[in-house]
Amino acid sequence: MSAMENTNQDAHVEPIVHASHDLHHSHDDHDDHHHVETFWNKYVFSQDHKMISKQFLITAIFMGVLAMMMSMVFRLQLAWPGQSFPFLEPILGKWAPGGVLNPDFYLALVTIHGTIMVFFVLTGGLSGTFSNLLIPLQVGARDMASGFLNMLSFWFFAASSLVMLSSIFIESGPASGGWTVYPPLSALPQAMPGSGLGMTLWLVSMALFIVSSLLGSLNYIVTVINLRTKGMSMTRLPLTIWAFLVTAILGVLSFPVLFAAALLLIFDRSFGTSFYLSDIYIGGQALEYNGGSPILYEHLFWFLGHPEVYIVLLPALGITSEVIATNARKPIFGYRAMIASILGIAFLSFIVWGHHMFITGMNPFLGSVFVFTTLLVAIPSAVKAFNYITTLWKGNIVYTPAMMFAIGLVSFFITGGVTGIILGDSALDINVHDTYFVVAHFHLVMGSAAIFGMFAGIYHWFPRMYGKMMNKQLGFAHFWLTFAGAYGVFFPMHFLGLAGVPRRYYSNTEFPIFNDLVDINVMVTWFAILAGTAQLIFLFNFFYSIFRGQPAPQNPWRSNTLEWTAPVKHIHGNWPGAIPEVHRWAYDYSKPDKSEDFCPQNVPMTEKEIAEGAH
Amino acid sequence: MTLVVLAVIVLFVLAAVKVMSIYELSAELRGGRNDDVITEKEGKNQAFYWVLFIAGLFAFFIWTFFEYKDKLLPEAASAHGPEIDLLFNVTMATIVFVFFLTHIILVYQAYKNVYRKDRKAVYFAHSNKLEMIWTIIPAIVLTGLIAYGLNVWNDVMYSGSKDAMVIELYSKQFDWTARYGGKDNTLGKTDFRKIVAGNDLGMIEDSKGNDDIITKAEFHIVKGKPVSFKFRSRDVIHSAYMPHFRAQMNCVPGMETSFEFTPTITTAEMRTKLKNKNFNYVLLCNKICGASHFNMQMDIIVETQEEFNKYIAEQKNWMQQQAAATPAAVTASIK
Repeated sequence: MSAMENTNQDAHVEPIVHASHDLHHSHDDHDDHHHVETFWNKYVFSQDHKMISKQFLITAIFMGVLAMMMSMVFRLQLAWPGQSFPFLEPILGKWAPGGVLNPDFYLALVTIHGTIMVFFVLTGGLSGTFSNLLIPLQVGARDMASGFLNMLSFWFFAASSLVMLSSIFIESGPASGGWTVYPPLSALPQAMPGSGLGMTLWLVSMALFIVSSLLGSLNYIVTVINLRTKGMSMTRLPLTIWAFLVTAILGVLSFPVLFAAALLLIFDRSFGTSFYLSDIYIGGQALEYNGGSPILYEHLFWFLGHPEVYIVLLPALGITSEVIATNARKPIFGYRAMIASILGIAFLSFIVWGHHMFITGMNPFLGSVFVFTTLLVAIPSAVKAFNYITTLWKGNIVYTPAMMFAIGLVSFFITGGVTGIILGDSALDINVHDTYFVVAHFHLVMGSAAIFGMFAGIYHWFPRMYGKMMNKQLGFAHFWLTFAGAYGVFFPMHFLGLAGVPRRYYSNTEFPIFNDLVDINVMVTWFAILAGTAQLIFLFNFFYSIFRGQPAPQNPWRSNTLEWTAPVKHIHGNWPGAIPEVHRWAYDYSKPDKSEDFCPQNVPMTEKEIAEGAH
Repeated sequence: MTLVVLAVIVLFVLAAVKVMSIYELSAELRGGRNDDVITEKEGKNQAFYWVLFIAGLFAFFIWTFFEYKDKLLPEAASAHGPEIDLLFNVTMATIVFVFFLTHIILVYQAYKNVYRKDRKAVYFAHSNKLEMIWTIIPAIVLTGLIAYGLNVWNDVMYSGSKDAMVIELYSKQFDWTARYGGKDNTLGKTDFRKIVAGNDLGMIEDSKGNDDIITKAEFHIVKGKPVSFKFRSRDVIHSAYMPHFRAQMNCVPGMETSFEFTPTITTAEMRTKLKNKNFNYVLLCNKICGASHFNMQMDIIVETQEEFNKYIAEQKNWMQQQAAATPAAVTASIK
């Protein structure tokens, strides 16, 4: 509450911050935080968006490391099927007898890897970290609209993570029907061990996750709409905020549908309903279920599932816009076109879900409609890619590690994006559906690209989060090894797909037609090990820098946005004095007739600028 | 053992922290703190690495292409297959072109515009003309691809021909069963409640089903003769994937799906083409279905009409199967 009251008080105070270099706090501290700061309310049940953002980040890093290690284990099996890796047995126990991965657990690893990466790292982690950190700081608010709901959002996320993790340790193993958990496979414990208690825990975890996501998203939307500082019109918002706002709207509209899908699945599993089940004979008996259809689940799931792709990707693109403009020392090219393309992608994302279902037996005419809408997505995507490239044109590019990752994202976005034109074309999808071609496509365009967006964000805003600088040399090493590793892993997978290798196969050895392809898998695994090892550099750099990094200046990247006008040391309420007032958009980099190559948003316009009609 | 491993890891991290502090101290002593976040020299190095990397990526791309192009699926063995392959090649050529073009521009810009202290970026914020260019060009290209793709899609999906041979592919964890419509080319009715050992498909009493022929492990089809596949599943979703024929359709419990194609190359011919006398067309499961998902297969034999006639004459139909070997329970169950 104090945050909002202060916003009103501050309205009459003239702006105090003129250049981010020499921020001076001439005014009295308006922020009346009388509460006592304890360990519990500062680090654990914190309602401060900056702390919550760090909590999300650390949780996501933990989950990400785990999911990555899972991928290492199943990559070993794919490269050297059936070979014993004795170090696996002490870790996995009965799931790797004699060091050979068990087929059921292989599927469990694939499933949990996907679930964690999509939801916990790239949804919770990415939005949770950066929406929380940047929305109040960049729109000029003391905190989120509701600090309490924000705190709940994190703790639901934490609870959801814990439930998901606990499912790994149960007797029958975690959910293993693939991250999409299609029924009847996921509905019937007879179908696979993972569909027992593991699946129940998966559903409970996702329900908690959805609550977290909705609490977070509603908060983000309200904050962006209502708590912008004076002068911060919608068309002056940094593109990060636009991306977070639209992402939150997508989440609010689509996650409830996943919740509905999960709820009906829970009913089918536990209460004998037949929403998704019909005509099933399994485990030696005919089941009573009658009249349901698994296709209904697929529709509901992908109605979330496709927007989810953009929930993952849009924040990464928003971060990239900001990082590229700042470090190219140029305005982002086509600001309004960028907003339009975000909105265009968001709108289209709701009417393309059927492209995941071309060969489910859906009416071919309906398939045609989805082909049309799906391929349209390429247009706003192309606009974004070309706008990024044009932003570099005649820029003065400062290669910070964040900038490296941002350009890496553009590369992945293009490479992974173009193959979408093949998968979105129903006639071509017939033969590559559910093959490694799909795995290659989405790992590049939403996996690698979004992770790179997240890394760009971490390297860029680390000084803001921790008041320290990360080591840039380690950042470069991390970037190049990860970039090479990711391409080395996902590029060759296209060929596996074109050779007809299905995804989620425990091994390809049962089919003589795949015998020639063994060496691709070996190469892919080596690249995966390279990329995995490179993350150790990141982890070291991250934690080392938190404790012993060089102290960060207030505005290390000489950036325009408001978060860099706040003091390095975090304070409750973000700004010690009045909230800065905004006088210009976020992208006045290298503006002619300015002495510096940047001009923060809180710098008042000169008369000349006003005369020119600048915004 | 575990303790030793843990101790080594801890020591390694501590050593790394120490090395890092020494490095940072020495860096400070060497150059002092620089005003620039990234010096001109560092920037130039990274810009150079960009060029190097993309050259490497292109080389990797081209190498993998030549290395693996012969290991991909052979030419399509169905009538509609070449149509799909041509569409694929046209689309692929387009996107490979876009991939190379955009990456060349991206890296050229990344290389050329690297930070120099004495330079200022150009304030160039928008241009409606440029935005129009990269809205309209992709729009035109995509319109072409959509129109072409939908044309192929309609050809493939609405190819129903009256003389197609009807074959049911029945999936369960973890195998396939094929059922021919028999002399009347019509499948007999089934009911999943009637499934017992010996009546895996749940056949019920239906005169149309008496001449149905049920096969396991492999099924035969005729070169040049359209086949209308009907797919069913007993338990979970499976997907009938016949990559050599560019054919795939999900098998969904509770409903029947279908796909039709005409094989054009016999197994023998394909063996000669591929110089591999053991080659067989296969039917795979391509929807995660459980532990043995990776080994749920059936061989597909494409042969001439004469060979097929001989093969089918050797098979027992459902009536004969029941009379010959079925336990009494089966007979009782289908009543």
